[in-house]
Amino acid sequence: MIEDLLKIVTKRFNDDNTKSEPEQPKFKCPRCQHTITEEHYNELVKVCPNCNYHGRMTARERIAITVDKESFVEFDKDMKSCNPINYPEYEEKQQELRERTGLSDAVITGEATIKGSRTVIAVMDSRYMMASMGSVVGEKITRAFEFAVEKKLPVIIFTASGGARMQEGIVSLMQMAKTSGAVARHNQAGLLYITVMTDPTTGGVTASFASLGDIIIAEPKVLIGFAGRRVIEGTIKQRLPDDFQLAEFLQEKGFIDMIVERKKMRSTLSHLLKLHGYVPENDTEVL
Amino acid sequence: MENEAKTAWERLQIVHNKNRPTVNDYIPLIFTDFYEMHGDRHYGDDGAIIGGIGRLNEIPVTIIAQVKGRDINENKKCNFAMPHPEGYRKALRLARQAEKFHRPVICFIDTPGAFCGISAEERGQGEAIARNIMEFMTLRTPIISVVLGEAGSGGALALGVCDHLAMLENASYSVLSPRGFASILWKDPSREEEASSIMKITAEDMLELQIAETIIEEPLGGAHNNLDKITENIKEFLVHEISEISKKDIDELLKARYTKFRKIGEFTE
Repeated sequence: MIEDLLKIVTKRFNDDNTKSEPEQPKFKCPRCQHTITEEHYNELVKVCPNCNYHGRMTARERIAITVDKESFVEFDKDMKSCNPINYPEYEEKQQELRERTGLSDAVITGEATIKGSRTVIAVMDSRYMMASMGSVVGEKITRAFEFAVEKKLPVIIFTASGGARMQEGIVSLMQMAKTSGAVARHNQAGLLYITVMTDPTTGGVTASFASLGDIIIAEPKVLIGFAGRRVIEGTIKQRLPDDFQLAEFLQEKGFIDMIVERKKMRSTLSHLLKLHGYVPENDTEVL
Repeated sequence: MENEAKTAWERLQIVHNKNRPTVNDYIPLIFTDFYEMHGDRHYGDDGAIIGGIGRLNEIPVTIIAQVKGRDINENKKCNFAMPHPEGYRKALRLARQAEKFHRPVICFIDTPGAFCGISAEERGQGEAIARNIMEFMTLRTPIISVVLGEAGSGGALALGVCDHLAMLENASYSVLSPRGFASILWKDPSREEEASSIMKITAEDMLELQIAETIIEEPLGGAHNNLDKITENIKEFLVHEISEISKKDIDELLKARYTKFRKIGEFTE
């Protein structure tokens, strides 16, 4: 009997040992520094179990957890940027990123249903040049709004961006005007536009379409701002408080309608669409 | 034009000349009956953006402008022409007022960029700029913008959505300063001259990219060499353009305004 018990204890002890092997890839939370295995982090849909920081997702992952299965129809899949100011090695860098991420640029746009309600949706992907806005992001967002006006559809955008794409110079700045113009027309048509700000939403995207939603949602603990933290610290010559420019800070200052947990995002969006009259066609509600 | 052969860098030196005229020099010489209007009605009055009503010859217009200072006291007041959110909100309030009373809006752009600081973030710098860009796009009155010196980033674009953009000959328009560009992309701010040469920031570049429609000629060596002459050139442009633009149907004007920005971008499918 004792020998059997010893066997079990030994086995468990050894098992535990194998579990804590250091080779497993780890995720370290940028907000609270809590460290867990990447596998666990992925199981938690990239939310830190310690501080509730909602981590970055790829655009494809985001679409998968947001819209109804197989309902997504992508727009302008192959649109690629030119090199408007002939920035050295811009094309090569993009080619390398396209191969690595499977994206053609930093945003995926399309239409889909969310629990049966039809909507236009755009999702930015920070792996692609920090989801900076150049010609392609500007054009795809603009076309998405124009399509929505034509079909009388709402627009939902999951924003994430480092700002304007420097490598496209002044042309990138003008995308702020182009996209905001498209929002203006959609707005004048009386259609709903919901922004979901994800980590990080900054610079020229904050200063254009991201801040223009009828309803502005943010995920917990994400970074939102106009100027970068280091730029401000450089100006004021002192360290900023840790919670500066987090979603909660922005909500307190009056710039965010609600902070919504990732696990409740799909149902929240569905309810908001229905509250604005965008009900499932032919009772085809998907749960 | 005498200055045609100048590089972007040489032009930036002219723009940064401490004697370069600012909007405070131009307003009394171009307009009559100017009344300055203060405040955004929400938070305060921003010294980096001034606005008001005046007459261009006989026509009442609304004037909105970024203000550069020439000495430390002036710069303290105007925050080195870097507006806070309340500056942009004042601009929008006055633009709406102009729309109500059917006055054309004339914007003078002269800023290194919107202010980057705690106060600006707390009061929603991003939202204020975004709101202006969107609202100016559908404002039902003609808008003419003139870049006097430097037009930097979203902080400039917030007064730059217009029917007709003019650049003074040595003025620049850029996504951020060449120094910032070199610092971010090459981690070396000292390469700012090189950055200025590739960024496409000059008046000619803006014409070529169809971002600007007109270049206003400066006196030999730059605007600071002859205030009367540069004022005359700006006024002549404004008088002519206001008369042209006022003939147009407002719905046609709004369509053209949208299309102007809609078509900027270079991509393949």
